[in-house]
Amino acid sequence: MALDIDTVRRIAHLARLKVPEEELAPLADELTNILGWVEQLGEVDTADVPPMTSVAAMTLPMREDVVTDGGIADKITANAPDGENGFFAVPKVVE
Amino acid sequence: MSALAGLTLTQARDGLEKGDFSSAELTETCIAAVEAARPLNAMITETPEKALEMARASDDRRAKGEAGVLDGVPLAIKDLFCTDGVLTTAASHILDGFEPPYESTVTANLWRAGAVMLGKANLDEFAMGSSNTTSFYGPVENPWRRTMGDGEGDNRKLVPGGSSGGSAAIVAARAAPASIGTDTGGSIRQPAAFCGLVGLKPTYGRCSRWGIVAFASSLDQAGPITRTVRDAALMLRAMAGHDPKDSTSAPLDVPDFAAAMTGDIRGLKIGIPAEYRVDGMSPEIDGLWQQGIDWLKAAGAEPVEISLPHTKYALPTYYIVAPAEASSNLARYDGVRFGLREGGDRDLTGMYEETRGAGFGREVRRRVLIGTYVLSAGYYDAYYLKAQKMRTLIANDFKAAFETVDAILAPTTPSAAFAIGEKQDDPIAMYMNDVFAVPASLAGLPAISVPAGLDGAGLPLGLQLIGKAFEEGALLNVAGVLEEAARFDAAPAFVTAT
Repeated sequence: MALDIDTVRRIAHLARLKVPEEELAPLADELTNILGWVEQLGEVDTADVPPMTSVAAMTLPMREDVVTDGGIADKITANAPDGENGFFAVPKVVE
Repeated sequence: MSALAGLTLTQARDGLEKGDFSSAELTETCIAAVEAARPLNAMITETPEKALEMARASDDRRAKGEAGVLDGVPLAIKDLFCTDGVLTTAASHILDGFEPPYESTVTANLWRAGAVMLGKANLDEFAMGSSNTTSFYGPVENPWRRTMGDGEGDNRKLVPGGSSGGSAAIVAARAAPASIGTDTGGSIRQPAAFCGLVGLKPTYGRCSRWGIVAFASSLDQAGPITRTVRDAALMLRAMAGHDPKDSTSAPLDVPDFAAAMTGDIRGLKIGIPAEYRVDGMSPEIDGLWQQGIDWLKAAGAEPVEISLPHTKYALPTYYIVAPAEASSNLARYDGVRFGLREGGDRDLTGMYEETRGAGFGREVRRRVLIGTYVLSAGYYDAYYLKAQKMRTLIANDFKAAFETVDAILAPTTPSAAFAIGEKQDDPIAMYMNDVFAVPASLAGLPAISVPAGLDGAGLPLGLQLIGKAFEEGALLNVAGVLEEAARFDAAPAFVTAT
């Protein structure tokens, strides 16, 4: 499957990743090569094979639905590039 | 050079226990050695003051008779483990200035055992790479140089492997007795092989992933990089353990792995997978593999030809699963909660795009895009679901093999370390470094690389042993026999020159 520039631009937007216009074409080539190489998996018939859902043979444990920590808003926001009074700040989203 | 320089973990621990030297003395020696190793760019953050503080606290504990199993031993920590109040970068620009307000479970376990932190080791950005050249903080240099045969006079700087390249380089430079790394598709074993060290990837679930910057969550696993197999056994015992904060952490007791190293492998069946004999394999690698078979045979084990039919599909499977999980995990870097923010004067989506565009390097961007594509509507079944089915087949190959064999022997890498700058233009050529490492990762099995010899240019080569799930003790026992037979005692140019 060959990826064209428009597809790369679209998935870059889906990934919220700004890619400079001049890098779209080389990226399209690189991604096409990787996906072309991956397509050798098509040689294997997997129609009746169940997908792996867990690496280790164990079921996910349940835990009590209780609060285990909290009251640490200052710690949680300490690394924020912008924010005050225990809040994260983002660009205005409501006019 | 101080008499305390270049000790292995076991030697350091024994010396501390006997009172031959204090942790403060040993730590000061390591701090000086880490400084002297700066030309290798193996560390992103050195923490000498914290190290000395921890060393003095260790000496106090020992004086009171309260020493833990690794008490006073200095370690380097891959900068993918969150460390409370200490800069944690994942070697990415996007985590600029990030100081976690918490400690990863694995490092917390090590500090509880008494270990001392020398600093945070360099790596490929978000652990994505096999050469440690994708770090925002610059490439790491391998302490080894080509010194023999065709390599004589070739003074090019070599890669240490990746992604745990800094963790391997700092131990190979004899600046730290041991370090920890993470292995998603070879990131402990391949750098260990390139640097003449032991690298152990435990069974998926053996070590908690909590507090490790996530790359591909169904594959990521922490493990030690050490000079000897016994050192790896000691490290794993301190690192491992059930952690309720990681739902995939195995609720199993941690055995004394070193106690399993009896040196007796008589009657064990060692699988030799035919499919690992790939086209174009260098005669040197092939020869070393045969040597490994002969060594284990001489120790009383029985080599058995086995087939792992889906081996050739492991790498392409990995390059769907890992980028898919990475694209999901890396969605959290949004310029809001931590690290870099760019385009703060734009709208929210614009800010996200600017931040992520500026914060991620080329390889990370490539994998996020591949991952986003294979998970996108209309392609999920063709790529991601297909890969998860392939993963079942690959795991079943191992399951069938382990019905007849006790361990599997293969090379760790298809070549020795290459020069910095080589293989940069072709992502797939770079990915091929992990062709022998990735199958065990996809199956979640423990695997270890043991230094086994030098190639014609004088560079170290490793042999890999793959074991049964949660039977690291048995794996380490075979690895110990291999180590004993190989008697690898060469030292890198960086060490012999000083």
